Amino acid sequence: MDMKDSSPASARRTFFTQASAGVALLALAPGVRLVDLALARVQDEPASATQRWGLLVDVDRCVSGCDACVSACDTEHGLDGNERPQTDAQWIRKVDLVDNNTEHQLSLPVMCQHCEEPPCVDVCPTGASFRRADGIVLVDKHTCIGCRYCMMACPYKARSFIHEDLTGQKTHAPRGKGTVESCTLCVHRVDRGESPACVEACTDAGHEALVFGDINDRNDPLATQLAETTTRELRADLKLNTAVRYRGL
Amino acid sequence: MIWSGLFEHWSKRRSCAIRTGVITVGLVAGMALSGAYAQVSQPVFPSARGEQCVEPVDVMRRDHFEFLKHQRDKTVHEGIRTPRHSLAGCIDCHADKDAQGRFVPVNAKGQFCQSCHVYAAVKIDCFSCHAARPSERVSQSP
Repeated sequence: MDMKDSSPASARRTFFTQASAGVALLALAPGVRLVDLALARVQDEPASATQRWGLLVDVDRCVSGCDACVSACDTEHGLDGNERPQTDAQWIRKVDLVDNNTEHQLSLPVMCQHCEEPPCVDVCPTGASFRRADGIVLVDKHTCIGCRYCMMACPYKARSFIHEDLTGQKTHAPRGKGTVESCTLCVHRVDRGESPACVEACTDAGHEALVFGDINDRNDPLATQLAETTTRELRADLKLNTAVRYRGL
Repeated sequence: MIWSGLFEHWSKRRSCAIRTGVITVGLVAGMALSGAYAQVSQPVFPSARGEQCVEPVDVMRRDHFEFLKHQRDKTVHEGIRTPRHSLAGCIDCHADKDAQGRFVPVNAKGQFCQSCHVYAAVKIDCFSCHAARPSERVSQSP
């Protein structure tokens, strides 16, 4: 390639050469790809244990008073409260911390930590509380009897119980009286190859305090950041190996 | 002897007549009842959008809940969200619109799910949790 030739035709030729090389790299044959897309999964394939979805919360970037992640979660799943904070469902909450010695203030979101060893799954008497192959901890509401053992077992108070009859549920987020629920890591979006609603809202708000990705994929931005910086688990002493990690805490 | 024979003959005829009467009354009552059954009309519901159901109609009538249950486990536990045999897929095709062009819940009176389940006297519990109207994606399409 002649680098001195800067005519439009040459630029176009260069583009096509590079583009075709890129296409050849991505698609050797239909269905066979050298470089798999990081997030997308074929629709009729089950979730796989080769992936483990996780979240990194950068506490230094999280802004006190901002609740973009909370309201995005409420909108996404139709968590319309009854103005009763004691009992309304809460999948994600903002927690403000103050160091009494230094008066240093922190603000961070807390939600289901999607543990590798989830206590909620251990105590569930019906098997409704389960961990999906790709690490997302969920409630199968078809088998949930509403005993709320999981709510007591969870060290993060991540689960809510639905006390009242509901109407107007979203198609992708079935919810009903007498069952327990919590953050699903927006499993319906993840299955489409998208990020959770809270992550998108945080990025849209310009804070970029939440990073979503595959912990097992070394090329994933999340795994890279986890490898490069010091992060913490909440209640690491319990050895639950959470998929949600905090930086700057 | 003659008199006693005559009496016996008469009493036999009488019991026979009573029997015939009972049978007749029974038949009439039965016909009336069967007439009443015939008056229970077949369920009437709005026709679906789309050309064809995912399975033959007679198969769906008998086994739709088996398909739904199988699909629900695949969706919840494995994340397989294919529309075939999914409840959302059923609703997308079978929900009807009212005069204002808004979707009517499939469990409302006279609608697809409700009309048949009332006829079969089977209570459906799906819609205490699941949306009974099509997803936003379908609602927004013309």
